[in-house]
Amino acid sequence: MTALTQPHVLSHLDELEAEAIHIIREIAAERERPVLLFSGGKDSIVLLRLAEKAFHPGKFPFPVMHVDTGHNFPEVVEYRDRRVAELGERLIVASVQESIDKGRAVEQTGPRASRNQLQTVTLLDAIQEHQFDAAMGGARRDEEKARAKERIFSFRDDFGQWNPRAQRPELWNLYNACIRKGEQIRVFPISNWTELDVWQYVARENLELPSIYFSHKREVFRRDNMLYAVSPYVERLPGEDPFEIDVRFRTVGDMTCTGGVESTASSIDQVVAEIAATRITERGETRADDRVSEAAMEDRKRVGYF
Amino acid sequence: MSAISDPISEEMMQAELLRLVTAGSVDDGKSTLIGRLLYDTKQILADQMEAIEETSQRRGDGYVNLALLTDGLRAEREQGITIDVAYRSFVTPRRRFQLADAPGHVQYTRNMVTGASTAHVAVILVDARNGVVEQTRRHSYIAAMLEIPHIVVAVNKMDLVDFSPERFAEIEADLRELADALGLHDMRAIPMSALRGDNVVEAGDGMPWWTGPTLLEHLETLDISADKNLEDRRFPVQWVIRPMADEFHDYRGYAGQVAGGVWRPGDDVVVLPSGRRSRVAAVETLDGELEAVAAPLSVTIRLEDNVDVGRGDMLADPERPPIVARELTAKLCWMSERPLEGRATLGIKHTTRNVRAIVDELVSVVDITTLVDQPAPSRLELNDLAVVKLRLSEPLAVDTFSRNRATGAFILIDEATNETVGAGMILEAS
Repeated sequence: MTALTQPHVLSHLDELEAEAIHIIREIAAERERPVLLFSGGKDSIVLLRLAEKAFHPGKFPFPVMHVDTGHNFPEVVEYRDRRVAELGERLIVASVQESIDKGRAVEQTGPRASRNQLQTVTLLDAIQEHQFDAAMGGARRDEEKARAKERIFSFRDDFGQWNPRAQRPELWNLYNACIRKGEQIRVFPISNWTELDVWQYVARENLELPSIYFSHKREVFRRDNMLYAVSPYVERLPGEDPFEIDVRFRTVGDMTCTGGVESTASSIDQVVAEIAATRITERGETRADDRVSEAAMEDRKRVGYF
Repeated sequence: MSAISDPISEEMMQAELLRLVTAGSVDDGKSTLIGRLLYDTKQILADQMEAIEETSQRRGDGYVNLALLTDGLRAEREQGITIDVAYRSFVTPRRRFQLADAPGHVQYTRNMVTGASTAHVAVILVDARNGVVEQTRRHSYIAAMLEIPHIVVAVNKMDLVDFSPERFAEIEADLRELADALGLHDMRAIPMSALRGDNVVEAGDGMPWWTGPTLLEHLETLDISADKNLEDRRFPVQWVIRPMADEFHDYRGYAGQVAGGVWRPGDDVVVLPSGRRSRVAAVETLDGELEAVAAPLSVTIRLEDNVDVGRGDMLADPERPPIVARELTAKLCWMSERPLEGRATLGIKHTTRNVRAIVDELVSVVDITTLVDQPAPSRLELNDLAVVKLRLSEPLAVDTFSRNRATGAFILIDEATNETVGAGMILEAS
């Protein structure tokens, strides 16, 4: 048994963990068909761990779903399949390629083409196909200003849209999961976590991460002051010459919009020390999708993005 | 984050979480204070700062508008207003802070109640030139109503009263009177200038006469673990874990978040509302069995007997049980544009239990300017703070809110629109 001499003195990680587990159990109990969205990134890896803690020794009362753009880092897809299989949980892969093939989404063209926005179509279609009424994700309030104002239980209408001016008040730990048929709730159990909390938790729980989070040699090219991985999915502009460098990724998204940082950090301790010393936010440093405009995230959420 | 040299050191991993809510208007310098807290603790990163500077310049603000740090929505930036409660985090080597910032206009009461519901500390801003004004009383009243254990009054703009210790002493005396009237046990004032940074994070040189802590020092050292209810064991059951796998054939665990008391194996248990009795066989998590747990840990409790327990039941200490109630008298904050009339039927969520309630009586409503109760209102409007009597469709196991914030609180849900329309704090139950 673990000795707890002062059971009322908790660390912030204990407290945030307890809050997140409570949220996951609430949505599982109050909605009929929830789903847990998993991207293979560190935040959703933490979410997966929290779900494990919420229902142990039982199985998840919901499936795990990945919206696969087809442009993911192969290391991440490999990790996803292995991790979900280890847990013995059910994985649904919703494919953006299929949405394109069916004519539901139109591929962007040109050197700055990205499937990031197309994910929304695939996500909403998959929610409808499987009749999910609640979807959990690993978004955090410290990532972006629109997210700082979003509820933990975020109500979405029939079109999956978020209306920031008509949010339900959220008090104590009493979450309102009431909806009509066709409407959904997006749930963010780690809303109150920061990037640093996530890394601390990864270290404390000794969670395995996809290898791209750690330093490795890779062919990259420079664009908009970010290092992009050379891949078949990104067309290079003239002058964007590839070179090999030690690089790691701070977030895991589509290869078309996720930038890497030059680094030799090969352990969690080293990565965390580098992040602690950085002067740029996570999304500012590594996500092209949030650089489009000041309200880029809000605009995407309004049409159903996570 | 650069204030932190070694984030995964033992000290940083063990830092306590402190939740605070800030109350005050733009005129009191609230955004400047928050900006100062974040800036001086080195939480604002270069790209955020650049973006704010750029936007401030484009809008012609004439200064670096730190409010832009939290105003993220398009309408907010276009109209220069704050719409909703914003949550921000910052960290020092001693503590991890979660700040709820509620905007100070129209929907004020509803927003502050929302932001304050989970707070350990409320920081209330006062302009040193104006001293304790109506708004200060209102904020203090809400903080008292929500049983926020600690209040800090940031007496700001001291630079505009020549850093006068006499002026500060006057305000302090007024605050003491207010604290006594509202029954606030820990209300403390700190003189500061958020604009200059005096007494926010650093002491600065404006007020050498001040021997007390800076705001940050105070927030870093407040004892919050003593605020927990460790006497009355309460455990609302959220979910029943029954794996049905061979290795866990007869396993039946009750998952939930501890809402009061210290739970140990061997403790006697009463299941409410049924009244059945058992004993704790184990308190466990994925990481194994625990010797003792307190709020707010999420755990699984196994009982020695195979009694009938489901979601919405409350496990409790049979020696100190909650009240199993059919009727509640409660303080209510009404949060809907649609007024509440007597006799209305609403959904009520209390811990993990959803039942229905009929409003039997609108007892009184507070005049928000005088803070005096007006008896028998005909209806409640948005942002009204009132006392109501409710009759329940099924019994709830409750405590008074002053005894336990987790088992004394509820929300009201409009069954037609599914909106959350009220926040309730139980005063009496029978």
